[in-house]
Amino acid sequence: MSATTNDAQLTLRRPGGVRTVKNALATVYVTVVTVLAIVPLAWVLYTVITKGIRLILSSDWWLQSQRGITPRREGGGAYHAIVGTVEMALICAAIAVPLGILGAILLIEYAKGTKVARGVSFMVDVLSGIPSIVAALFIYALFITIFGFGRSAIAVSCALVLLMLPVVLRSTEEMLKLVPQELREASYALGVPKWKTIVRVVIPTAFSGITTGVMLGVARVMGETAPLLILVSYAVGINFSPTSDTMGALPTMINSGRDQAPQLPGYERVWAAALTLIIIVMLLNLLARLIARASKLKEK
Amino acid sequence: MAVTDTDATERVEPEPVATEDPTLSPVVDHGGMHMHTPVPEVMHHNHRAPAPATIDHAERGPRGVKLAKISKTGDRVFRTMAITSGLVIVLLVLFVGIFLLALALPSLQADQDNFLTSRNWTVVGNELRFGIVGLLWTTVLTSLLAMAIAVPVSVGVALCLTQYLHKRASGPVSFVVDLLAAVPSIIFGLWGLIVLGPFLAPAAEWLISKLGWIPLFSRNVDPKGSVFVASVVLAIMMLPIVTAISRDVFAQTPRDQIEAALALGATRWEVIRTAVLPYGRSGVISASMLGLGRVLGETIAVMIILTTPPAGSPFTPSIFAGGETFASKIANNASEFDSPSKTGAFIAAGLVLFLVTFAVNAMARVIADRGGAKS
Repeated sequence: MSATTNDAQLTLRRPGGVRTVKNALATVYVTVVTVLAIVPLAWVLYTVITKGIRLILSSDWWLQSQRGITPRREGGGAYHAIVGTVEMALICAAIAVPLGILGAILLIEYAKGTKVARGVSFMVDVLSGIPSIVAALFIYALFITIFGFGRSAIAVSCALVLLMLPVVLRSTEEMLKLVPQELREASYALGVPKWKTIVRVVIPTAFSGITTGVMLGVARVMGETAPLLILVSYAVGINFSPTSDTMGALPTMINSGRDQAPQLPGYERVWAAALTLIIIVMLLNLLARLIARASKLKEK
Repeated sequence: MAVTDTDATERVEPEPVATEDPTLSPVVDHGGMHMHTPVPEVMHHNHRAPAPATIDHAERGPRGVKLAKISKTGDRVFRTMAITSGLVIVLLVLFVGIFLLALALPSLQADQDNFLTSRNWTVVGNELRFGIVGLLWTTVLTSLLAMAIAVPVSVGVALCLTQYLHKRASGPVSFVVDLLAAVPSIIFGLWGLIVLGPFLAPAAEWLISKLGWIPLFSRNVDPKGSVFVASVVLAIMMLPIVTAISRDVFAQTPRDQIEAALALGATRWEVIRTAVLPYGRSGVISASMLGLGRVLGETIAVMIILTTPPAGSPFTPSIFAGGETFASKIANNASEFDSPSKTGAFIAAGLVLFLVTFAVNAMARVIADRGGAKS
């Protein structure tokens, strides 16, 4: 070390040459690597924006479908795909959000510290590790092979539930943990039953955090492609029915058009669809983070 | 099941607790909240006492005070709903395993090749010949290579965020890295194939010319949609996960250890090497495994980038060759699930992927639990 004792006198000197060099090298490495980590996001955004911005600035993009439009023709929009993506995400959220919030309530309010909580928590861990393709295969096995239904947008939503559920549950759980115990006790002291305490005191206190989790979950499932490939066919026309076997979606719109030659108008639409998807997902993410920042409950 | 067990305790237990000392229960409950270790058996009976305690009050309130009687129905309904949702989650996971296994078994039995050692994938017609070795190789190779690229970068970024940057600067940088996780994987795939692939081509060419004598880096017919490009894209997708967890762990390094190192005259790097890194090691390993679990199952980006080799092409260990992972194989053939035996073969591949990701994730959690630092 730098300080050496010489009899009773202490001499302090600067770190030796090798150590200074090592320290400088570490600083350089850390800086370079951090800059490197920011590059991909900027690069992806730059690519997608420059290639897709022209189309999404026209109102047709947001109001028309791709019906009757071949890759060689200009025109058409992504309305059908936006409708499909939003609809499937909403159906998924309608199932996953209540299930996730109730599951978190079970873990924190009813079964905290018990074997039940540990068991359920373990299963949520398993669920959060399931690849999207496996979730899709499971729904395929259950709905199509065993129950004999056809492919449908609902099946996609069900597969997405498996992916969204752990996100909603874990973020709700974290928020419920942060709700001060005193609030619950104050409510009990007033004679409010436990369920009403949860619904009227605990959930409202944690509401912004739960909203953040839900929005991040929705953003995640909107960009999922694997379940769409397996469980529904891509439709170029507008279709609102979740039970029909074809439905447009932004990821499949990108996937179905990606093999075209770069000079065709259809190729530009692929990038415009990618930009649309990124805009929707990023907006959800930014909004979720803003809500989280404004939240009253803060993590320690 | 355990559910009925807790039901019984709820109904029987609270009465004596509440009558003996109503003030006791919230205090015990309070302690229970802050304990992260499992609450011992005796405590968790008390722990649920508050709600019934208020009911007890209602029945024999202090003189002169009129307390309303509170119905227990609402509580019962809500509790049942919460327990049901827990049950649904448990069943959902069990069903994933059971149904995949049930549908994969007939095809596995009809498989005329060894499922674990064959590289064939012939599932057309009546004769089933399929095995997972080829898929497993590409899946593991892409994921491990991605991990080898992502982890050193992530650790560096996490160190920069926690040890080097001022808080005002580290916030926005963390934010940008977190946003990387929000980009849908199909966009990474598209960008990887069209933009990153050509950009990396000279680097790939250089590696081939210098290290081509090693089989892993040998020249191959199609270096454009190669394992190498796919791994770099997977590394980018892994980066925010590993960085976020490592950052949280490094930020928890005990202040006194850092200061002790500083007091001994350590340079900033020596502080990191002697205090921060040893403390965060298990967290970083666990984060890397979680990231690995995530990229093992990545479907669409890999499917877009990797060139599918023609059927029957010889095996090559090179990272500059194409290939198919479990996920990309299944997704590539999704439109051809027509007969149960054929579907079963793909489901068998999905089942193996499920088991592999499960094992990797479980290992990550075990390492995180054993290590001191919590993410």
